[in-house]
Amino acid sequence: MGERLLSYKEMPIGGVIVNPGNSLEYKTGDWKVLIPKINQDTCIRCRICWYVCPDNAIKELDREYITNKGRKYKISYDVDADFCKGCGMCAQECPVKAIEMVPVEVE
Amino acid sequence: MQAIESKRARPLNTNHAIANAVKDLDVDVVSAYPITPQTTVVEKISEFVAKGELEAEFIHVESEHSALSAAISSSVTGARTFTATASQGLALMHEILHIASGLRTPLVMSVAMRSLSAPISIWNDQGDLFNARDAGWIILFAHTAQEAYDSVIQAYKFVEDERVLLPAIIAYDGYLMSHTIEPVVTEGRERVIKFAPKRHYPYRLDPQKPVTIGPIAPPEYYYELKYQQVKAINGSLPIIEEVDKDFEKEFGRGYGIMECYMCEGADSLIMTNASYAASLKAFLPEFREQGLKVGLLRLRLYRPFPLKKFVEYTSDIKNLLVVDRAISYGAPYQGPLANEVAGAKVKEGLGFNIISVVAGIGQRRMDREDFYALARMAHEGGRHEETVFYGVRE
Repeated sequence: MGERLLSYKEMPIGGVIVNPGNSLEYKTGDWKVLIPKINQDTCIRCRICWYVCPDNAIKELDREYITNKGRKYKISYDVDADFCKGCGMCAQECPVKAIEMVPVEVE
Repeated sequence: MQAIESKRARPLNTNHAIANAVKDLDVDVVSAYPITPQTTVVEKISEFVAKGELEAEFIHVESEHSALSAAISSSVTGARTFTATASQGLALMHEILHIASGLRTPLVMSVAMRSLSAPISIWNDQGDLFNARDAGWIILFAHTAQEAYDSVIQAYKFVEDERVLLPAIIAYDGYLMSHTIEPVVTEGRERVIKFAPKRHYPYRLDPQKPVTIGPIAPPEYYYELKYQQVKAINGSLPIIEEVDKDFEKEFGRGYGIMECYMCEGADSLIMTNASYAASLKAFLPEFREQGLKVGLLRLRLYRPFPLKKFVEYTSDIKNLLVVDRAISYGAPYQGPLANEVAGAKVKEGLGFNIISVVAGIGQRRMDREDFYALARMAHEGGRHEETVFYGVRE
């Protein structure tokens, strides 16, 4: 933390947000306990996790990957830790069980 | 009491006096639902709108919850907005009351005070208003139809002031005032608008300058926003006083924020509001002649509570009889105002003896002899450990 928060005098009255779009600055994923760990070798790139994530926290990256069985994919999936709330829906829905929910490492 | 300029006065009940104030203030939006005994306020306003005497959007809603919700939305677009209610309607608005003050919307609402169900009672007491006292609104009690008209005008002037930006309630007694005809001077739009020109909500919704109104506030922010409300309502007191003084200069009628009537030579005071204050003003001269050294402490501004004035008027008296027309069930005193007075007494180190009286519940009739009995009780003093439920059959 360490960030200085506004005093009551500095805040716009009534909680009005005068700089629209600032929700981008609000990292909503800071209270998760578990985070998805995606096994890029097992993953079949079906995109179901990307569809079901309620927080758009599954990122589809233009990153080439060659699996341990030699199959080449043009894309990879990754988790946006800033916005993932750890709900586990991606792991639940993954048809090949390529996603495991693991405890978040606390520094 | 203010002298009525008889030549200009016309007969109006308080409901119609308020409707006329709304017309003279050129209110842009009225959002309301009918409820006894308030109904004729909005009935009269809709008539003004239908006749083209008031160019306003009249929103017919399906409940008071919606009435106040629509009024808030209208207010944040920058429209001068009005609503009115009573009793169950005010109770149904309860969650929205807190939203109106939390969003700092400069709304004005009139409340024709009425008892709450159950059992169903359409008659007057102040249970509805006192149930809403902690919702963060400025609250003024009017004791005449003229004062109600004048207070609505004063209210728009101070709620739209950038130093205030809070909603306000103008409260008066259902039936005893809402349906009682009195002489009222109305000032007309030109003079009224000159006194209270429209000043809009500063963050009003504008596509050119987008803002978000009503977002969530997490624990790191909520507290400061609530504290802003504390500062705002406390800070509104001198502005309310200032507006009243300016009003008096302009129209010749001023009320102050708290009134002490026949207090000179009084050992004891009866603290009350609205129609009971008007009744006491009529009866007190006679009671004084009969040897009761009693005056009237009329509560006009209730939120913020005019503590300094209260101390000024009560520092040398022996007894303060507080009349409550609402019940605070299970509280130390069962009169909500008596409890506040007890708190103020301790806070300010005042020496008077408190007599807590509950009366007029469900519009139980109070005649001259009943007010005399209260004046006698105040005059005689003596310790009353418990709240006196005046007139209840035991």
